[in-house]
Amino acid sequence: MRDADLSILVIDEDAIRAQIIEEGLRAAGHTRVTVVREIQGVARIVERVSPDVIVIDLENPNRDMLESMFLLSRSVQRPIAMFVDRSDKAAIEAAIEAGVSAYVVDGLKQERVKPILDMAVSRFNAYSRMARELEEARSELENRKTVDRAKAILMKSRGLSEEAAYKLLRTTAMNQNRKIADIAQSLVMAAGLLEG
Amino acid sequence: MTEEADIRVGFVPLLDAAVLISAVAKGFTLEEGLLVQLNREPSWAGVRDRLAVGQLDAAHMLAPMPIAANLGLFPLSPSLIAPFAMGLGGNAVTVSTALARQLEDLGAEGTLDAGIVGSALKSAVALRRGQGLPPLRFGVVYSFSGHNFELRFWLAACGIDPDRDVEIVVLPPPQMPAALAEGRIDGFCAGEPWNTAAVRLGAGQIATVKAKIWRSSPEKVLGVARPWAEANPAALDAFLRALYRAALWCAEPANHQELARILGAPRFLDLDPSLLLPGLTGAMEVAPGRVIGVDDFFLTAAKAATFPWQSHALWFYSQMVRWGFCAHAPRNALIARDSYRPDLYRRALKGLGAPLPGANLKVEGALLTPTVVGAANKSLVLGPDGFFDGHIFDPDQIDAYIRAQMDLPVIKS
Repeated sequence: MRDADLSILVIDEDAIRAQIIEEGLRAAGHTRVTVVREIQGVARIVERVSPDVIVIDLENPNRDMLESMFLLSRSVQRPIAMFVDRSDKAAIEAAIEAGVSAYVVDGLKQERVKPILDMAVSRFNAYSRMARELEEARSELENRKTVDRAKAILMKSRGLSEEAAYKLLRTTAMNQNRKIADIAQSLVMAAGLLEG
Repeated sequence: MTEEADIRVGFVPLLDAAVLISAVAKGFTLEEGLLVQLNREPSWAGVRDRLAVGQLDAAHMLAPMPIAANLGLFPLSPSLIAPFAMGLGGNAVTVSTALARQLEDLGAEGTLDAGIVGSALKSAVALRRGQGLPPLRFGVVYSFSGHNFELRFWLAACGIDPDRDVEIVVLPPPQMPAALAEGRIDGFCAGEPWNTAAVRLGAGQIATVKAKIWRSSPEKVLGVARPWAEANPAALDAFLRALYRAALWCAEPANHQELARILGAPRFLDLDPSLLLPGLTGAMEVAPGRVIGVDDFFLTAAKAATFPWQSHALWFYSQMVRWGFCAHAPRNALIARDSYRPDLYRRALKGLGAPLPGANLKVEGALLTPTVVGAANKSLVLGPDGFFDGHIFDPDQIDAYIRAQMDLPVIKS
């Protein structure tokens, strides 16, 4: 059996992450890849595709259910955690750090499945980075909007120019050792209260 | 935060994490000079994996888990010890409204008595079989859990084979109420607040409780990574002292409202505190509008609730053998027994004036009434600790016990 023939099941409730894992596996030449988002009914899928490797999000609350299937089912060859060979401690830690857990059918050689785990780890990390950057961009945009609103309030209530309003916000922030966005947020809230 | 935590401890958001969470939230750990980092975990597998790679030093965990880990029964098995128990009891068996009605028709009489309800359940199982209906399906939270083993013990003692006459599946506890409402399961055995949550959702009724199946029985322990415990004896002792003080604080009825508010906070259980009160007070809402007071529903301190009895460990081991999770061998029994560490409990608490049981093991189920037993420091009351069927577990007779329990009941339809 060539490595590309390994049957791989990816269980991930996050559709985007599941997709990038699947793409990674296909790009590495794996053709027998099954992706499920819902854990319900996974027993039948495991029976049908009889995976050699299962990749699942470490934080998935349904891992306990998945592992109970390994204990009970006679149709599933008993899988073991990918981490069971403790020889490569760094790889294990990298996987858990990235939030990936994986199970392999007992007897499968470590070197055949390690590239799969490595790929999953790097894709999980890439996904987390992307999610973090998105979150940062989103809050950056929100901050800018809040500062604009605070400037508008100052311009109206104090008759300031836009530049003077911004300077006032910045000076206040510096004096109080806080971020401009925080000062703007307080101002917008206070104005909302006074209006209400 | 730049300061390094002295100990990183995992918990699963459940009522019986009360002792651990309040130890930190009420400042008992800080009084011991410990900086504790609490990590909420979504699964027991996650707790185990983080302990295995050293991301956690200890965790609130199901009492059979350290035993299963040391016996190598997990896909990944860290070396764990249990030097402290996180209370006694706390679970219940909740069944769908339809099944509750049927049990009542078959003689359950709205009681929580495990024998009466179990015998009605046996009739229901036989009826279903006669009608060609699929077997009843029960949810438990984990294979190696008090829930799985007490449910199986109860069913078997009532003449129901838990593997052939019903189906037992694993589900995360927060999913139980919805699974029951949607008919994916007919009942479940889980800790609080998930039984109360199912009743309030209108999904089912509480049929019986752990305290009625086996009173004063073990549920959660503090599992500690053995290498960490060996390298940090002073921190471990300080942590156990803080946990012990927290257990006393949790046991005070006057503190239950505050405890419920602390536990309900977003960073802990993230739930309405009113869901947590029945489990803390023992006034269980067994059905909409019907409350039954349960003695010893969940004990955090009384009756040596924090002492890691090795007889508890051996009982769980006997059930792992019974249901085919591991083979019985003298070596395995020793591994199971020594997973619980009453010696470390005594070492940590000897200066506190806490009652310290002199024995490591006791005969389980032998005390029919509250009984004063020998203990260092002060007197200790244990029991009643009976199994509902009058059963006794003598850890010295474990071979005979394991042989006897291999005969399973047969239901004729």
